Amino acid sequence: MAQEYKLILKHADEPGYTPDIECYLRHGGYDALRKALAFQAKTLADGKTQTPQEQLRQEVMTSGLRGRGGAGFSCGLKWSFVDRKSGKPIYLICNADESEPGTFKDRQIMHKDPHQLIEGMIISCFANDVKLAYIYIRGEMPEGAKILNRAIKEAHAKNFLGKNILGTGYDLEIYVHRGAGAYICGEETGLIESLEGKRPYPRIKPPYFPAVLGLWMCPTIVNNVETLCNVKHIVAMGGAEFAKLGTPNNTGTRIVSLSGHVKKPGYYEIEVGKATLRELLFDKNFGGGLLDGRQLKAIIPGGSSSKVLKAGEKFKLKKKDAEGKEILVETDMLDLPYDFDSLAQAGTMSGSSAIIVMDDSVDIVGALANLSEFYAHESCGQCTPCREGSLWMNKTLHRLTHGEGRTQDADYLVKIADNIPGGRTICAFGEACSWPVQSFVAKFKDEFVAKGAADEARRAKETAAPAEQKHLEAAHH
Amino acid sequence: MSFQATPELEAEVNELITHYPVKRAASLMVLHAIQEKFGWISSDAVQWTAKKLELQPINILEILTFYPMLRQEPQGKYAIKVCRTLSCSLGGAYELHNHFCAKLGLDAHKHGPQTTKDGKFTVEFVECLASCGTAPVMMVGEKFYEGVSHKKADEIVAGCK
Repeated sequence: MAQEYKLILKHADEPGYTPDIECYLRHGGYDALRKALAFQAKTLADGKTQTPQEQLRQEVMTSGLRGRGGAGFSCGLKWSFVDRKSGKPIYLICNADESEPGTFKDRQIMHKDPHQLIEGMIISCFANDVKLAYIYIRGEMPEGAKILNRAIKEAHAKNFLGKNILGTGYDLEIYVHRGAGAYICGEETGLIESLEGKRPYPRIKPPYFPAVLGLWMCPTIVNNVETLCNVKHIVAMGGAEFAKLGTPNNTGTRIVSLSGHVKKPGYYEIEVGKATLRELLFDKNFGGGLLDGRQLKAIIPGGSSSKVLKAGEKFKLKKKDAEGKEILVETDMLDLPYDFDSLAQAGTMSGSSAIIVMDDSVDIVGALANLSEFYAHESCGQCTPCREGSLWMNKTLHRLTHGEGRTQDADYLVKIADNIPGGRTICAFGEACSWPVQSFVAKFKDEFVAKGAADEARRAKETAAPAEQKHLEAAHH
Repeated sequence: MSFQATPELEAEVNELITHYPVKRAASLMVLHAIQEKFGWISSDAVQWTAKKLELQPINILEILTFYPMLRQEPQGKYAIKVCRTLSCSLGGAYELHNHFCAKLGLDAHKHGPQTTKDGKFTVEFVECLASCGTAPVMMVGEKFYEGVSHKKADEIVAGCK
């Protein structure tokens, strides 16, 4: 049976574990930082010297750590893109703008174990020669911002932050910056604009890759909260050891946010790929099954932007047979291992590792209408296809859920959705708002058509009825 | 200018400015600080902020009009934000929002934040508050509430003196 594996949330929910530094130190806190700061330059076989910073970055590369924010991009690779020759300062930003619907994992870390994030950040900053870093936290988490500010103050008092950290000559400051309720700030270039004090309009890439032209046009690293926490553990246990957790190319652990129609919604940390969707939904140590008497209808597997999976859907997954030959195995959606690559093979993604479960009590048209309203509200308005498209989709779904639907609305929705993504917008919000519409309508088309047809029939009857009435009245005269 | 910054606000803003190599970057945090003290951001406050950060007022106004959390008009003493997005909606967020509106004499179908006539409550349906596992969730000011039943909602309202 699949088990939880607590690496990041090891202590968070232990009775008596508090977010202050004394408690963190009692649990081995900041040992990984001391270890990182003690790395010595070493000479490689080819005679080249490797600095401590290069070694730390190598460890992260070896660990296979992939970003936990949504895109699942290799953290080591992201760091390797940083322009270190520009002579400009390098900045690091922790993306704590957790706002993908369905996701609530970073909240747990920041509220319950803030020093783990601070330690991960200090190590990451040291490894990348960063002297100034920011935590960009959601505006709606004022409590989290206070906890982090307190943690930063405590870390300062112990000289883990500030000037000449632990006598190494390394200086670093971390500041908390609060957002103000805009989902687009989770997009890294939008976040950077927001941090600069502007409207968070995402920047076009190229040329504005944060690793080269980020915050104030300087090289910038933007990493998710959970990703940065993992860096601490990579240093503590070594990159190679970390890579043994999880499955090949999907290393480490992930905190899965489970919500919707299960008995035990909540956050569960697992080794990546070591539990299937079925286990996450039905096992008693995870979701505990659906509500009594209910059937599964659909799952949104990786935050609201990921493509929906319909109950009973089958996928062909690449697997190796006994002789190591690659074969295709038919797999039910519930038997997909919860990792980056399997879900990608099923045409969706594990995104921010947030699963929203919907049972047969759900009106699927209504569920999509709910999400579309979110995207229409959150589009920053910079690119026309996204600004107009997200609104049109929302209006169409609004009429479909308010008795004004049309039979052809299903096709109409797909037509709009197909015309937003694919390089027509500056950032991936275009994809994010289209994927739910494309997948919901493709997989539940009959329900969309039926709803529109029923509305049309009802309206036809309503308009016909008064006409008949008039006809009768005329006959009487 | 009718906006009067208190010495505490002045000190807080001066401190915030030191966090960034470019003054403009402090603008969002300064607006948060103003809103925390005054409840909203007046056009005089915009002028004051712009001057403080050596910017044009439009630089401040353009962010004030973008972010949903920033207010251009006074709001109720207690700002109730009910999460609307999918997981909370599956958990009864619409019913909860209706309940608040009915209880406080507001129109549940009206768009945007609404304030009661006595100025005590502002109710707003907001997008995902990132606690989907404990749906439905809501906030009153800075305080966060999870798994809010109608009974709990009544207790929350009763607790707002």
